[in-house]
Amino acid sequence: MKAVVSKAKLEADITSRFGDVFKIHEKPVVETLSTGIPEIDALTGGLPRGAISEVFGPASSGRTSLMYSMLAYATTHEETCALVDTNDLFAPTAAAAAGIDFDRLLWVRGAGNLEHAFKATDLLLHAGGFGLVILDIGDVAAKDTRRIISSWWYRFRHTVEDRPTVIVVISEEACTRSCAALTLELNGAAEWSRANAEPSATAPNRFIAPRNVLPMRKQIPVNRPPVTYANLLRLNTIKVNRQRPLFPSLNESLFRAHVDLR
Amino acid sequence: MFACIHAQQIPADLSLPEFAYNFSPVVEENRTGTVVIDVDGCELLFGSAYQLANEISLRAKKAGPQGGVESTVSVAIAANPDAAIHAATRLPGITFVSPGEELTCLGEFPIDHLNYSLVKVEKKVADEILETLKLWGIRTFADFASLPVAGVSERLGQVGVTLQQLAAGKTERHLNVKQPAPVFAYSIELEHAITELEPLSFVFAPLLHQLCAALNAHALATNELSVVMQLENQATHERKLTLPHPMRDHKVFLKLLLLDTEMHPPPAAVRSVSITCEPVKPRVLQNGLFVPLAPAPDKLELTLARLAKLVGEENIGSPALLDTHRPDAFSMNRFTLKSENRRDGKGAKNRQSAIGNRQSLGFRIFRPPLRAVVQAEQGWPAQISAWGKRRSVYGKVVSLAGPWRTTGDWWRGDRWARDEWDVMLEHSGQQAVYRIYRELKTEAWFVEGNYD
Repeated sequence: MKAVVSKAKLEADITSRFGDVFKIHEKPVVETLSTGIPEIDALTGGLPRGAISEVFGPASSGRTSLMYSMLAYATTHEETCALVDTNDLFAPTAAAAAGIDFDRLLWVRGAGNLEHAFKATDLLLHAGGFGLVILDIGDVAAKDTRRIISSWWYRFRHTVEDRPTVIVVISEEACTRSCAALTLELNGAAEWSRANAEPSATAPNRFIAPRNVLPMRKQIPVNRPPVTYANLLRLNTIKVNRQRPLFPSLNESLFRAHVDLR
Repeated sequence: MFACIHAQQIPADLSLPEFAYNFSPVVEENRTGTVVIDVDGCELLFGSAYQLANEISLRAKKAGPQGGVESTVSVAIAANPDAAIHAATRLPGITFVSPGEELTCLGEFPIDHLNYSLVKVEKKVADEILETLKLWGIRTFADFASLPVAGVSERLGQVGVTLQQLAAGKTERHLNVKQPAPVFAYSIELEHAITELEPLSFVFAPLLHQLCAALNAHALATNELSVVMQLENQATHERKLTLPHPMRDHKVFLKLLLLDTEMHPPPAAVRSVSITCEPVKPRVLQNGLFVPLAPAPDKLELTLARLAKLVGEENIGSPALLDTHRPDAFSMNRFTLKSENRRDGKGAKNRQSAIGNRQSLGFRIFRPPLRAVVQAEQGWPAQISAWGKRRSVYGKVVSLAGPWRTTGDWWRGDRWARDEWDVMLEHSGQQAVYRIYRELKTEAWFVEGNYD
């Protein structure tokens, strides 16, 4: 009788008798919601439902543009959305120009109170039925976001893990720690261009909303050549931290990619 | 046994059915001035049938406040409601028709007075049959009842047989019971005034429970609750809860009412509480299989109420643009769920394609705008410094665009006129794009927000 049996042989014997017991069973594919930007969708696969997604970056890095794109896509696809606007920075005129359907958007305006913003988010998540809930703490000082206790994020993650709700946290610095299933870091900087300056493009497409009165804006004649935007913002680096909602240590992959939205 | 009460004329402010409810809960209003009540089981209250008829006749003469109708009524009691109606409408005073002897009382009535509407026979058909009967020499109910049933059926059909049974007082039918109008109002008077909110919930709960039970019994719901509280200082505190969808869940109502009372507490102790509602048909909605989930209406209402308590009623809702060019002009509407159900999804695709053609540029607006100090070089902004309670903006202008002059509402006191610039500021190696403007009236500079 052989005293030593190789691991491979042992596994083969067990497998032949009990089936694929050593195979790691993958979780079913997580449902996602599109961000409305094909380049980011191709990179990330979309925003995972039932999990937290975090978008962070400095001012003028494109966080709000991405947020508008998410809201526009979700609201026009009959998802009920909610925006917890901690510092009351949401601009309806710009949002309407981005195509957001306001009939499906619940806007909660905060007065800079971080605790109220988190409580409001918690109430919305517990109500259920929202397809997209965005917590905008992008203008909160970094020293304050660092003080957010982890139990809030765990609570949010636990609340939505069995629901088709997407939570998106917009911030200046990463703050959800290991609770986020998807983390997007926006490092893009604003870019100006004097090339191809056409008279019609002199004024950026500021927020054009359907109105019944004639616009009264006019360009003041100046001697200086007009300055225009080639494209104001670009997202040049996106860091995607893909991980399972409940087991961050498993199946973790970190990669970088370049997305130019010009 | 059935009793028919017939009054030739009663005052306009009094109701004969209301008078009849004093004797029996089963009341049929035959036509104006005639009601039939089922008196079975009334013996313990009013004695024999004759005593009951006598009581009805006496009480009817009393004034309205004393429970009467201020008029003389004729009362007939019979085993058949139609026989009672014929007797009461033709004979004054009190008439008692013994079971099986209807023709003794009704037999001499002219055939013209046969009330064919009781058996739902059309006037045209009934007139033809009555004309035929007159040609046959039939003059009274007894004559008609004495005809052989087979012969009547052969010559006049089933309608003729039905009319013959009506004349003989032998029809069989149930009373078409008139239901009293439901009242969805409940109130309670307290022995001691309540000064705190928590005990008030124990007052609201039973009232709302009764209200929802009444709504449920009538298969109704409500979308408007009115609460009236009489206060100790003789004042009245009224609150009205308007719901976007009809509901009848007393637990949801209680939570909504408590949240509303917490936000709008009564100024003094509460002596009595009255709750009424406007009944409407309940909401029936068939959701599509492929439509994304939406919050349940009752949960959404509770959530909105809790959010309103947290951040204020004016700070939650759906934004709506105003028809003006005034910067940051919008209004907040109440957030309600849209029951849009497009199975083909064409609408969403169309709108999505429309979005793709637009240039969506994120903008974060500062409310209120930051007062700024702008250093200009040759008339162009070169350095900007602005401080506020929550944020500060400062840096050197590395690029700029503008100015764009906007003016509007010159006919109003709050007109605006300003030159807007889009500037890129650099500070500590970080660059950000802001919108600044100079008010033409005050020559003051402000930072309105930043592009993001």
